[in-house]
Amino acid sequence: MGKTLFDKIWSAHTVRQLPDGATLLYIDRHLVHEVTSPQAFEGMRMAGRQVRRPELAFATMDHNVPTTKDRLNIEDPISRAQVEALQANCEAFGIRLYGLGDRRQGIVHVIGPELGLTLPGLTIVCGDSHTSTHGAFGALAFGIGTSEVEHVLATQTLRQQKPGTYRIDFNGRLAPHVSAKDMVLKMIGLIGTAGGTGHVLEYGGDAVRTLSMEGRMSICNMSIEAGARAGMIAPDETTFDYITRTERPYAPRGAELEQALAFWQTLPSDADAVFDRTLTIDAARIAPQVTWGTNPGMVIDIDQHVPGPDTAEGYSRTDVENALAYMGLTPGVRMTDVDVDVVFIGSCTNSRIEDLRLAAAVLDGRKKADHVQLLVVPGSHAVREQAEAEGLDHIFKAAGAEWRYAGCSMCLGMNPDQLRPRQRCASTSNRNFEGRQGKGGRTHLVSPEMAAAAAVAGRFVDVRTWSPN
Amino acid sequence: MEPLTQHTGIVATLDRANVDTDAIIPKQFLKSIKRTGYGPQAFFDWRYRPDGTPDDGFELNHPRFDGRSILVTRNNFGCGSSREHAVWALAQDGYRAIIAPWKMLKGERVPGFADIFRTNAVKNGLLTIELSEAEVDAIFKLVGAHQGLEATADLPSQKVTFHAREPHVFEFEIDAGIKDKLLHGLDDIAQTLTFAAEIDRFEADHETWRGQPAD
Ligand code: SF4
Repeated sequence: MGKTLFDKIWSAHTVRQLPDGATLLYIDRHLVHEVTSPQAFEGMRMAGRQVRRPELAFATMDHNVPTTKDRLNIEDPISRAQVEALQANCEAFGIRLYGLGDRRQGIVHVIGPELGLTLPGLTIVCGDSHTSTHGAFGALAFGIGTSEVEHVLATQTLRQQKPGTYRIDFNGRLAPHVSAKDMVLKMIGLIGTAGGTGHVLEYGGDAVRTLSMEGRMSICNMSIEAGARAGMIAPDETTFDYITRTERPYAPRGAELEQALAFWQTLPSDADAVFDRTLTIDAARIAPQVTWGTNPGMVIDIDQHVPGPDTAEGYSRTDVENALAYMGLTPGVRMTDVDVDVVFIGSCTNSRIEDLRLAAAVLDGRKKADHVQLLVVPGSHAVREQAEAEGLDHIFKAAGAEWRYAGCSMCLGMNPDQLRPRQRCASTSNRNFEGRQGKGGRTHLVSPEMAAAAAVAGRFVDVRTWSPN
Repeated sequence: MEPLTQHTGIVATLDRANVDTDAIIPKQFLKSIKRTGYGPQAFFDWRYRPDGTPDDGFELNHPRFDGRSILVTRNNFGCGSSREHAVWALAQDGYRAIIAPWKMLKGERVPGFADIFRTNAVKNGLLTIELSEAEVDAIFKLVGAHQGLEATADLPSQKVTFHAREPHVFEFEIDAGIKDKLLHGLDDIAQTLTFAAEIDRFEADHETWRGQPAD
């Protein structure tokens, strides 16, 4: 029987089977950020342990950092202490840090691929659930808790139960103005926020194969929102091109690259590989998606009406009533009649150059509605520089947007960018949980194009039929 | 980590599905660099009014649940962010066991707890118990009908007993490795380090494809 992409990576990283039935899995890259690491370093210190392979760990600061020009001055003393703790820990344990003010700083899941740290066939972990992003390169990448961060620091391995495999094919071609974000939101709507729990998803089909790496990353990023351990996409020419076309400091070069490429080509799932579960989605029928509730599975097509307790499939009456009350929505309302106060374009889901280009194409020559606050936050400093080289920053500023520096920003309000209670936000991020973007804030997850159009119209619009004037 | 064999305590219910870790501990408390002090912050946005006083409308604030240490809730508990702070907050707020139902959704069995949350729980000696939806429904009814209902979660026999007028006993499945770890309070890192020589051998001929930056 053939092997899946996941099986190949799993067996190549198995150090040994453990007596308790788990597998001791070797970890190739460990990404570290300021929020989930301090207690792990503290644990190392208390036990008198050293980091086993400091050259395989890489750190950055993203969650707490302000994204305004004066970002180097973190006013909040607790945020500052956390950022300083990371700096001190990286120095003490010999870990490379791309800190605030570094040209390479950015959201951990945006800079990994940019630096060439994210490569096919690797195991990649980070104390952050959206580590699933890196699976877009055909790596096995997943989020871990702080105790596991400490385990990786001390042993360069993890104890893992083998997950199941779940193949999701998107067949056919996407309609115009429908993006990778809509594909993944649709998928979560179909299988639910726990539909992938205990599994690693592998995405395939024509609509995935024709996506750019940016699009593939948006899809793998939100695998965790379906409960999955990880999401993966087999590496192909698009992947190899991304790794080799630009200078990526940690990617192999020369003869090593040739060897790597030969190996990477062996990774895709064999034709006769068997998955534990499968699902096929008709990509041509996917409409732009928008969430109406308080988890990413509470999602509808933009031209649909807000569901009610009797029409929301898969949710109990209480859950739907709670969600609608929190979101300030009434069943039966058309999503295109809902006004927005804030538009956030950013986060590890949609803050890469292609996302910004899509948003800029909508905003070019237009202005945001007067009552809307529009925030455009590049995922990394490198993305910011690239966008400026292409003149996108002018388009954003002319449209009335705030053009920010790299960081998590309003994806989660740990930094100064937060929604106020009852503010309604069209957001390109990944979580619409209660309070996620600020206490009492109301988040609707959408694609970059949908977000940009909502900023201009001042309400949600169907980008397929919308014509601004 | 403290070994866990048996725990008896008052049961509280939280009638919500998909309780995410942002709800269990909101982001503002993730700035701490400590491992303690999270107890009073558990369910913060639901638990307190804006002025900081307890919100009577929140189920877990009900006086009937005073002193509770076992939580019964709905499907997909602990989804979302990987923050271990969620488990620290629950454990430090006095919870020793959490019960949630697995569920059949479109022909597939979906677990009661999110993956990373469950792993984090084990690392901190917090017991996660999965039962069927019908069983959890029955427990919600029991708790509703008995003020101060107590239960005993017994790990060796994999049974949880609700001490109502008639005792109600539910059996649960648990991974043998996880059970062993909880029973003995094992330290994973120390255990793994006993395989250090094998990790050395593995590393010797394992390729991680790491290039060298020029700068
Ligand atoms: S952008 Fe949002 S989801 Fe991504 S790492 Fe930052 S906080 Fe987490």
